[in-house]
Amino acid sequence: MIERKTNWPAMILLILGLSTIIFPLYLTVIIAFKQPSEMTNSISGILSLPKVWNFDNFREAMRVTDFWHSLRNSLLITLVAVGLSLAVHSLMGYALGRNKAKSKFYSFVYLFIVSGMFVPFAILMMPLAKQTAELGLANWVGVILLYVVFYMPMNVLLYSGYLVNIPMALEEAAKVDGASTWTTYWKIIFPIMRPMHATVAVLTALAVWNDVMTPLVILAGSDQNTLPLAQLNFQSQFGTNYNLAFASYLLSLIPILIFYIVCQKQILNGVVNGAVK
Amino acid sequence: MKNERKRTFLLITIPILALFVCFNTIPLIRGVIYSFTNFKGFGSYSWVGFRNYIDLFSDARVGKSYLFTFKLAIVTTVVVNVISLILALALNSKIRAKSFFRGTYFLPNILGALVVGYIFNYFFTYILPALASILGSESLSTSILSNPDSAWFGIMVVCSWQAIAMNTIIYISGLQTVPEDVYEAGGLDGATGFKQFRYLTFPLIIPFFSINMVLCVKNFLMVFDQIMALTKGGPAQSTESISYLIYNNGMSGGQFGFQSANAVVFFIVIVAVSVAQMKFSGKKEEQL
Repeated sequence: MIERKTNWPAMILLILGLSTIIFPLYLTVIIAFKQPSEMTNSISGILSLPKVWNFDNFREAMRVTDFWHSLRNSLLITLVAVGLSLAVHSLMGYALGRNKAKSKFYSFVYLFIVSGMFVPFAILMMPLAKQTAELGLANWVGVILLYVVFYMPMNVLLYSGYLVNIPMALEEAAKVDGASTWTTYWKIIFPIMRPMHATVAVLTALAVWNDVMTPLVILAGSDQNTLPLAQLNFQSQFGTNYNLAFASYLLSLIPILIFYIVCQKQILNGVVNGAVK
Repeated sequence: MKNERKRTFLLITIPILALFVCFNTIPLIRGVIYSFTNFKGFGSYSWVGFRNYIDLFSDARVGKSYLFTFKLAIVTTVVVNVISLILALALNSKIRAKSFFRGTYFLPNILGALVVGYIFNYFFTYILPALASILGSESLSTSILSNPDSAWFGIMVVCSWQAIAMNTIIYISGLQTVPEDVYEAGGLDGATGFKQFRYLTFPLIIPFFSINMVLCVKNFLMVFDQIMALTKGGPAQSTESISYLIYNNGMSGGQFGFQSANAVVFFIVIVAVSVAQMKFSGKKEEQL
């Protein structure tokens, strides 16, 4: 392999391009810290650094949008949905992956579930709003159940694809030792699928955390909010106080930013795996 | 022993399948049934046969939303793929602080589309006109979001900002599958610069190109959050995406039945586009 020199045109392009990513974030931070009186109509008034860095806007935004409640709902929904997805989807991926080659029933179920990927939320939205209300599920429990169903096609596809690499011999050995299929699954197969669990967890968590439509349709009318939904529902209360609004936006972005900084590698791997498989 | 295994698999499959049918298949069927009624979302309703479907094809607002959604999806897909390919090539070349750049370029993708939309809304409404007035540009001195002819452009920019992050990372993983000796062999045959990209790199990453095309088109056809944050379908209904129209008029506009018919057609369109794309990309893949 030839050792090449640093590609400077690429570096310059990347550094220039970086500004398109940094600028909106810079804008968010400085506006969130400023007072409305500092926002003169000139561009320099908007873009200059705040005179004092104080947290009043954040305190007020937390009060107006009931931040801690929304954060709790978002965390609860995301964690439970991811946990259930790992358990339910991997089990389903296992049952279908091991049987679809030799059984018509299982291969039909597999195709049936995977083709659910093509169903846009738009067609399910109105019937689901009615159905969840009828079943008394117009709350966070209903939202979690729906996520488990919506991400099932993608995750079952990923799990049963991954299962091809796991030799049957492992299960047969356990069977000789007298372990039931159920125990074998949890003791041997589930731990082996760890790399796929990471991918599924990342994809599901990002999708659930940022989703607006499902909570919007299901939780409408209840006073429960997720973080994105709170931004939507309190938009009118911010009025023209953009400093307050931006403080609220920044607050809602901070949890996912922390998550990204901590698990950047896992997130990048997960997203690529999920898309390429 | 054999039966125990069979029974366990059935006990796993049946309840999970039941859950799926309950919250995916049944609502889908109910949606199709509602599309043949004049249901308003509440109260009584009666059957209207294919009435909704016939009205759908003569409804100017629905037609406009399909035109807008397809225009947005096609333009955004092209813009996103061109920029991501260039970025991926740059990020995959010999540069310093590679992981910093990759990490930062992926950042937009993890942020919620709604909040990103709100931030850009402010940018288009206040910052861009202010910048334009300094530069003396007359056409940009008002918000592009308040002009029916240019509002779609703002939505395109926001959709791209986030999607480029995703597509770039997929292209990078594609570029990493191309072995170094292919370039060396190509270099001997005089394939450098753009020629190298056109005849060596690109054919080898076609599978990743297909993934990106499918992802892009599907996501942009279903665009919703960005519309909600930037324009709410306006001005003059010029930026109503199909999903937004179904949500807006179906959930609160008393058109439950009519918009169900719209959703059924939209479903068929999504399936048709996806199948066509898969057929098309299946043919073009090249193996090393």
